Amino acid sequence: MKADDTFAIELEGVTCAYGDRIVLEHVSFAVKRAEIFFIIGGSGCGKSTLLRHMIGLRQPTKGNVRYSGRDFTRATPAERKDLLRTFGVLYQGGALWTSMTLRENVALPLELLTDLTRREREAVVRLKLAQVGLAGYEDYYPAEISGGMKKRAGLARALALDPDVVFFDEPSAGLDPITSRKLDDQVREIRDTHGTTIVIVSHELASIFDIADRVIMLDREAKGIIAEGDPRELRDRSEDPRVREFLHRRGAPVPQKGGDAT
Amino acid sequence: MPSDPAPNAARADATLDDGRLVVRLGGDWRVTRAHPDWLDTVAGHDVRRIVLTGGDVTDWDSSLALYLREARVWAAERGIELADERLPEGVCRLADLLDAKSAPPPQPPGLPNLLTGLGVATVQLWSELKELAQLVGECVFSVARFFRGQAQFRWRDCLAEMQQCGVMAVPIVGLISFLVGVTLAYTGAIVVRQYGGDIWIADMVGLAVVREMGPMMAAVVLSGRTGAAFAATLGNMKANEEIDALETLGVSPVDFLVMPRIAALLLMMPPLALYSDVLGMLGGMAVAAAPPINIPPNLYWAETQTIVDLSDISTGLIKAATFGGLIGLAGCLRGLQADRSAAGVGQAATAAVVTAILLIIVANAIFAVVFDILGW
Repeated sequence: MKADDTFAIELEGVTCAYGDRIVLEHVSFAVKRAEIFFIIGGSGCGKSTLLRHMIGLRQPTKGNVRYSGRDFTRATPAERKDLLRTFGVLYQGGALWTSMTLRENVALPLELLTDLTRREREAVVRLKLAQVGLAGYEDYYPAEISGGMKKRAGLARALALDPDVVFFDEPSAGLDPITSRKLDDQVREIRDTHGTTIVIVSHELASIFDIADRVIMLDREAKGIIAEGDPRELRDRSEDPRVREFLHRRGAPVPQKGGDAT
Repeated sequence: MPSDPAPNAARADATLDDGRLVVRLGGDWRVTRAHPDWLDTVAGHDVRRIVLTGGDVTDWDSSLALYLREARVWAAERGIELADERLPEGVCRLADLLDAKSAPPPQPPGLPNLLTGLGVATVQLWSELKELAQLVGECVFSVARFFRGQAQFRWRDCLAEMQQCGVMAVPIVGLISFLVGVTLAYTGAIVVRQYGGDIWIADMVGLAVVREMGPMMAAVVLSGRTGAAFAATLGNMKANEEIDALETLGVSPVDFLVMPRIAALLLMMPPLALYSDVLGMLGGMAVAAAPPINIPPNLYWAETQTIVDLSDISTGLIKAATFGGLIGLAGCLRGLQADRSAAGVGQAATAAVVTAILLIIVANAIFAVVFDILGW
């Protein structure tokens, strides 16, 4: 079914605004299949806003978003519902439904959107929780587990329907470096085993250099993309001081050395 | 300089030499200890040029920067030249920071003019009405989906809410209704006893409780108990992105969260109102049975039966169900509108109670007119 020449996600001339306040203008980019793609930029540059527009929580005022070549922005409700099933979202705090156990949280998408029997659902839930290292925590409530575990449980829920695309909103926010590193490893593993396209909104440099295949960088003043490409390339060779500064965590000169292997 | 107990106190010794003021700064400048003030230093001198020299400063913090800044401002205001030499390097940088123009303060809200205020309030009321209408519309669509079997309606949630808003509210609704019955009986007694018609207390309490007070008291209790809880729950879910998570699953929050709650209230309000009616009448009966009125309960009950008929009870139940729907609607609407913050959740809970009670009173007035026209 999947035509490999189409992109997993394409944005064309997307403008994001809250009322009269335009946050981003004419944003266009495409994400390839099975790519780990980062949306980076300083605080307040509109990363999360862009994400909310991509996953349909807000409608772009101009332009459109396409998944596998299918228009998402102007889809009919039925098409839209169909497309929503093809992606999962891991929200910043996990956004687990607090009145349900982890089992029920992961099972709910399956219950609502598939015809699996109860026993099959149980099996999928156990598998997904085990995949993120939470086997045995099925009957815990979100309030009873730590922040890192909540995030992993949120990931299990996002993966419940085996989506083609998974979005991550600031996955490392509030996690210690080791936990955050483990989450990165899990992201890579998911991509490698399922060929899932991964889109991550983050400003965590360690993660960016560790797992990103490609990044776009947004800027508040420019209200759009100011750089696109491999993060190491950008760090070492970008002409734009804003990009180098961000990726070096300071105002750095252009060191004309080759990118050293990480 | 006045005597200072600290061994190496901050100093600023000024010497005037032909209009040129040389200020020698020295000692430990600590913001927590006494330090010289610029105006004291310069007082009484006729100055045309100032030199600050800081060679003897042994230690310093922001107090020195403030002193320098004050000197600079003072000099600039009078057009006097100010030079500094051998000041610690960091101090000048700090003083420069103080010079930096701060962003203009936000406009204080102030008192808007009356017309503007009225206009803003009108626009706000209009948009609130639109949002209410929108939620009602979504609920209607959701009901349609439910009957076509397409809605993700969770009976389990609905039953849990019914337990919460119905069964758990029985004690408090009972107590309040009983006491309202008692109050009504005493108030009625003042009037009817003047005519020797003590027995009419039963008629008065019976009609008032069944037609008005029963549903109304149950509704008021539930808007505080349940409406606020709905708003707080949904508001918190919104703050926690749980509602976003539902939407990206393609699940309507109205189907999934709002409908079970409204349905629970619609189903539980009539039985609660009926129960409230009974307790209200019991309250009246208790007052009547006691001295000085002394009407035995069986007589009281017989009199009540002559006046309260099924149309009275059914009008009360129709009202109760409507009030239930309104409480659920107000609670869910305010919860879904809540700001994504802790304060937002609190405001949502307050607004839910206010909105619910307002809607109930308005609906009750409309019912009064409609039932009067219908002759029920």
